[in-house]
Amino acid sequence: MALFNKSSAAQKQLQKKSISDTNLLLSITIIVFFVMYIGAIVFQGSGFLKAQTFFNILNANAPLIIASCGLSIVMITGSIDISVGGVTALVSMCCAVYLDHQGGNVFVSLLIALAIGLGYGLVQGLLIAYLDIQPFIVSLAGMFFARGMTTIVNTNPFNVENKAFVALKETRVIIPGLGSVNKIGKYVDAYVEIGVIVALLIVLILFCVLKWTKLGRSFYAVGGNRQSSLMLGINVKRTRFLAHLFCGVLAGIGGYVYFLHVGSGAASHASGMEMNAIASAIIGGTLLTGGVGNIIGTLFGVLSLSTIQNIVSSAGLDQAWWTGITIAAMLCLFLVIQSIVMARKNRSSLK
Amino acid sequence: MTQNKKNIFAKISGRQIFIPIAALLLLAVFNLIFDPSFYKIALSANSAGDPVLSGYLITILDYGSELAILAIGMTLVTAASGGQDISVGAAIAIGGSVILRVLCGTDSRPEVLQAPIIVAFLVSCAVCMLFGAFNGVLVAGFKIQPMVATLILFTAGRSIAAWINNNELPVISDPSFGYFGGFIPGIPIPTPFFIAVICMIVMALALKFTNLGLYTQAVGINAGSSRLNGLNPAFIKFLAFVILGLCVAVASLIKVSRISSINYSVIAKDIEMDAILAVALGGNSLSGGKFNMAASILGAYVIQFLTTTLYKFNVKSDALSAYKAIVVIALVVLSAPVVREKISSLWMKMKLRTKEVG
Repeated sequence: MALFNKSSAAQKQLQKKSISDTNLLLSITIIVFFVMYIGAIVFQGSGFLKAQTFFNILNANAPLIIASCGLSIVMITGSIDISVGGVTALVSMCCAVYLDHQGGNVFVSLLIALAIGLGYGLVQGLLIAYLDIQPFIVSLAGMFFARGMTTIVNTNPFNVENKAFVALKETRVIIPGLGSVNKIGKYVDAYVEIGVIVALLIVLILFCVLKWTKLGRSFYAVGGNRQSSLMLGINVKRTRFLAHLFCGVLAGIGGYVYFLHVGSGAASHASGMEMNAIASAIIGGTLLTGGVGNIIGTLFGVLSLSTIQNIVSSAGLDQAWWTGITIAAMLCLFLVIQSIVMARKNRSSLK
Repeated sequence: MTQNKKNIFAKISGRQIFIPIAALLLLAVFNLIFDPSFYKIALSANSAGDPVLSGYLITILDYGSELAILAIGMTLVTAASGGQDISVGAAIAIGGSVILRVLCGTDSRPEVLQAPIIVAFLVSCAVCMLFGAFNGVLVAGFKIQPMVATLILFTAGRSIAAWINNNELPVISDPSFGYFGGFIPGIPIPTPFFIAVICMIVMALALKFTNLGLYTQAVGINAGSSRLNGLNPAFIKFLAFVILGLCVAVASLIKVSRISSINYSVIAKDIEMDAILAVALGGNSLSGGKFNMAASILGAYVIQFLTTTLYKFNVKSDALSAYKAIVVIALVVLSAPVVREKISSLWMKMKLRTKEVG
């Protein structure tokens, strides 16, 4: 796989000298995803041929898609946030306690989730953008705070039995006809959960925001070069603040979607999610240094990551440790590719 | 007279080591007010029948030691690379797993040790330094931000640790293995403290007689200009990560020796946070450059002081991280340049006003 990535990257660069970093990294990701999926169909057969397998990947990863989108925006502005997993756990636990122990209604629990996300975004954004503190330290503290708070709210994991909530959780959206989603031929009566619709909507909205609005373009400008975007009259501090605010709110929504998927509250929920989110954004072609990235790429990043997890587990390596090692290896690979791409770019700009 | 006093105060508060000492005093006074029995130290017999010291202060010295050892390495990494290694907890799991694997061989419940402890420790050192080198290559060679580069090992580390022992939980029954994390018969002071002191002495000698400290600071302050002055910034950063790997190996020996076994998901959990906190509390800039090793080590013990105090007030171990996170945020906010400027300008205004009044 590694060989293929590198050679395809080199070929692309030869074919089109003018291809931008964003497009290069994006095309690598999409190619990797399709190669992996086709490889899975060829080598592991029937399971991956069903459309439902693909939809299950979407169902299980809708929260991850939402969180990674928020993270991509933050990373495009050249910052980072590792608190998304903690926020997800905190949101699930708070909503679960509210719904089950207080007997609250579903709509208010959604508001709680949004409020937690907004609060996180506000505080972290203020600290990072206006006080100029290292984003990693702030969000590391945020992560530990969220995890600690989750156990303070409630220690023991439990399932939510609120009727209205369970009804919402059980809602399935049937995909009619062969639609655009069915890439692999055979059609089975397929369904997705509500979370997937939310996630895809968010991807669409953010794609438009990043592509065509002034705010979206200023995210890229700030990430690319803070000094010159300041010269261009962009309010750098406000832009960075907004990026973190977006990320916080998206983490809140992602947390709620996660809660909707699992239907329980536990302190160990979404452990390692921040890692998966960062990995998906990186695999999706978002540069850690900022200024380069694409929401569609992030979507494919999540899909590639979960596909490889499915491949690993269906290949019989289903011990827990293989997942961690595979993700780490994949992240490592893509980080190295990025660093090579950046080194090439620097060299060519020096000439 | 008052002028003189003020000068002395300014001099003391200007020193870097002032921050951890102030925090320590604050905690000490807090404990003294709420429960003076915190400071009681008793000489009692432990389960093996040897007389040992016990009490909260001894606990702090005992459990703060591996943190202090980690703080040594973390300070170097922070100073050289301007970032922190968040994989230390996972790396400790790997190191501990290696030690147990070598000691146990193929049997997970051996009657006798399959290899001398020193051999197991050396193998663990090699493995941990290898993983440190892996981080170092990513940071120094591929120029990836340290925290993202170490995030790889942060996720994979515990999985690798479980994989090394086939997810078994070996238990060592040989009592001599327990000495490193407990007490050596006849000596009432916990062994980890001695190990930490040895590490400190080695590090102090290294800083005194080699250029390690100077070069690290130079690279941390400005990698470009230190390169122009003939240093190799990539190598210095790499070296810092390898040294941290060595510290991790020592800490992992203490950790597994404490329980003579291992629990992959719990061992050294959240210790990366504590180690970073120790460096921050020592007044070192988290974005690299100058460092003060003594302040970091003292910071580590202060963190343990805080942890023990929280435990004493019946805070659950899972909830500890929330309180520590608040401390971290308070620390970084206070040390942020913007806030410092605001405070100093406020201070100046106050001074001016008092002068006008006077």
